[in-house]
Amino acid sequence: MLTKRIIACLDVAAGRVVKGVKFQQLRDAGDPAELAAAHSEAGADEVVLLDVTATHEKRTTLAETVRRTARQLFIPFTVGGGIRSLDEAMVVFDAGADKISVNSAALADPSLITRIAERYGSQAVVVAIDAKRAQNENAAGEPRFEAFVSGGRKPTGREAVSWAREAVERGAGEILLTSMDRDGTGVGFDCELTCTVSEAVSIPVIASGGGGDTQSFVNVFERGRADAALAASIFHFGLRRLADLKQELQSAGIPMRWPC
Amino acid sequence: MLAIVDFRAGNLTSVKKSLDHIGADSTVTSDPEKVMKADKIVLPGVGHFSSTAALEELRLREAILQRIAEGIPFLGICVGMQWMFEASVEAPGTPGAGLFTGTCDRFPGLVKSPHVGWNSLECDPQSRLLRGVSSGSFVYFTHSFRAPIVAATVARSEYGGEFSAAVERDNMFGVQFHPEKSGQVGLKLLENFCAL
Repeated sequence: MLTKRIIACLDVAAGRVVKGVKFQQLRDAGDPAELAAAHSEAGADEVVLLDVTATHEKRTTLAETVRRTARQLFIPFTVGGGIRSLDEAMVVFDAGADKISVNSAALADPSLITRIAERYGSQAVVVAIDAKRAQNENAAGEPRFEAFVSGGRKPTGREAVSWAREAVERGAGEILLTSMDRDGTGVGFDCELTCTVSEAVSIPVIASGGGGDTQSFVNVFERGRADAALAASIFHFGLRRLADLKQELQSAGIPMRWPC
Repeated sequence: MLAIVDFRAGNLTSVKKSLDHIGADSTVTSDPEKVMKADKIVLPGVGHFSSTAALEELRLREAILQRIAEGIPFLGICVGMQWMFEASVEAPGTPGAGLFTGTCDRFPGLVKSPHVGWNSLECDPQSRLLRGVSSGSFVYFTHSFRAPIVAATVARSEYGGEFSAAVERDNMFGVQFHPEKSGQVGLKLLENFCAL
């Protein structure tokens, strides 16, 4: 049986893992290579490394960080943050990434998705969408979600669900969907946002932003129809061990890779 | 020397890294002469089945098939395993190697495709490739097409119906999942292959 995935996310700035709240107030949380190995050991189904300062600061250290992190990691490894071109993606793949995640650059030039997919396969292209609830509902009275870029600093005016659909048509293999309203809060995923996108696309959707107690993960898998859930701060600061979470989810009837 | 065949389809870094990790002496190559000298061959592959047409263009197909006929252990991974079958619905104009009978087909419409994530194996205890890997073990898949269950199937998985997760006959081995991305289970399988 295909299991639901629990993905550990390492937000990295200048070679160190950091974690913020609602994309702000970054705190140091450790070494990416050590943390990735620790998460894999604890039962993470995948590791994502996001260079959160990449689009507005120089990032000469990223390839080296990826190389060090990939060396002892034998589960899927995704790298994202500020990848603007096929050439930049190639450097990250060569350093040991299995998938790359694109966000701002793909919205600016959606053909980037296709070019990377043609070279490395769709399974290697994750399109990350940072979505925020808009003030106004749509004509049908449903909530609207807007895609933001540049680490959540810039609104695009683009509706998140239609962007997700376009990303699939252009060759995306997975959608990494982050609720900016919930990021780092631990109050629970935005199941409405996740379910809307998951039902709109044929490819797997990874829910992110707001993961907290076990029930919040049960909710995003059942009500949110997520294929995977990503969380960072709840693991890094020892608020909860990954293994405990997976066992509790399995007991709650969510198919998990456990024991692993 | 184990040859990891590079036919310009996808990223071989992870396969190379996992073989390095278990201490196997391997090289990534597109050179048919190096393939002819290898004592084991691994054919990874991702993406579209039509990409395997490059094996013919690079004169690798002939070299691989000759070494297989000479009895060298061969392991196809993902599209590399699908290539071992006769054909795929994904690219009707591109012939497979025909080492196993049958055609690879898409998943039924009732499940999301691609099939991405960790799924469990139902293993044949007689398999040499899966020695020490028990039924219920999880491995990582990412694919849109699947190979049928055949006489050579030694592991099956379920996703919108059963399909071949691993095949094995004589010196020919294929896995639909990615052993290089399947944690300790995948490394164990690669060790088994290298020990043949």
